[in-house]
Amino acid sequence: MKELLQLFLTFAKVGVMTFGGGMAMLPILQREVVESKGWATDEELTDYFAIGQCTPGIIAVNTATFIGQKRKGVLGGIVATLGMVFPSLVIITALAGLITNFSHLSWVQHAFAGIRVCVCVLIFNAVVKLWKSAVRDVWGIVIFAAVLALTLFTPLSPIVFVLLAALAGILIQTLGGGRK
Amino acid sequence: MIYLQLFYEFFKTGLFAVGGGLATLPFLNDMADRTGWFTRAQLADMLAVSESTPGPIGVNMATYVGFTTAGIPGALIATLGLVTPSIIIILIVAAFLRAFRDNKYVNAAFYGLRPASTAMVAAAGIGVVLLTLVHTDQPLGLGFFNWPSMALAAVVLVLTRWVKPTKDLHPIVFILASAAVGVALQF
Repeated sequence: MKELLQLFLTFAKVGVMTFGGGMAMLPILQREVVESKGWATDEELTDYFAIGQCTPGIIAVNTATFIGQKRKGVLGGIVATLGMVFPSLVIITALAGLITNFSHLSWVQHAFAGIRVCVCVLIFNAVVKLWKSAVRDVWGIVIFAAVLALTLFTPLSPIVFVLLAALAGILIQTLGGGRK
Repeated sequence: MIYLQLFYEFFKTGLFAVGGGLATLPFLNDMADRTGWFTRAQLADMLAVSESTPGPIGVNMATYVGFTTAGIPGALIATLGLVTPSIIIILIVAAFLRAFRDNKYVNAAFYGLRPASTAMVAAAGIGVVLLTLVHTDQPLGLGFFNWPSMALAAVVLVLTRWVKPTKDLHPIVFILASAAVGVALQF
């Protein structure tokens, strides 16, 4: 019971601190779930993100379900997800009732311009941490560079990259290349 | 029965929108056209609010649409509808992964997936950089860079990576401080 409550509260905390898309959540997840709670490793986070890219639903919810399930089974997965969405329910319902043009206020726009700058740096830091656990040899660098270029310069769906990368991993390891 | 309909519509959205929260948009546009619960113009306002409040964008959108359509119970039901397919699918995938954790092909697949996943996060980061630190409509030169943003980014980078007491601070500290700087300097 205590651990379920902790799951709910931790993911509520992640939800309330997430500004922007699922990727902006990563630095917060690393701090809360990997570093302070030790519920998952950086390596597992990259796994969850990869799976989240090609399964239905939003990545934030998928990741919360994964980690909750790992800690406390089915109930844990459900509780962690409810924790993640709880702040949104409260904040949006309160705001929608009060002011509908909240986002047009000039100070809100300035604040978010500042936050976006910070998010650039936080994502950079998150990528450096992920790199250390995810890219272990020259094949890793090749896959990283290829997927980065394809994502930036082609309109292909991430599902394609995920499938190709998984296939590449199987081929490289089966044919004896790469570090185990 | 509006609640049942809301749950069904958002369940479908959660089931078929693959990827980030913005992937829910085409489904919401379609919902606006078919159900008449809200207009596309309202949807654009909701997106602006969802992007500028804490929480995942997809969840914020579901809550907002649900609230607009059927009040607080609507907000709750739409959000539950959105996350239910994710929970079911991920619980199945997690059970599968547990069963095949020691399979060498599954491990080999993840050996390839991890660098790819890192690259997709990096690409999202580059997207934010292009939106924030540079003026992509300007030619390459002094005017290309958004200097106040670059300066703030440099300060945050140094404080989060190299300065001893500040680099251990919680990321939210830097997010809130940057919001304050944005307001103070009219970013």
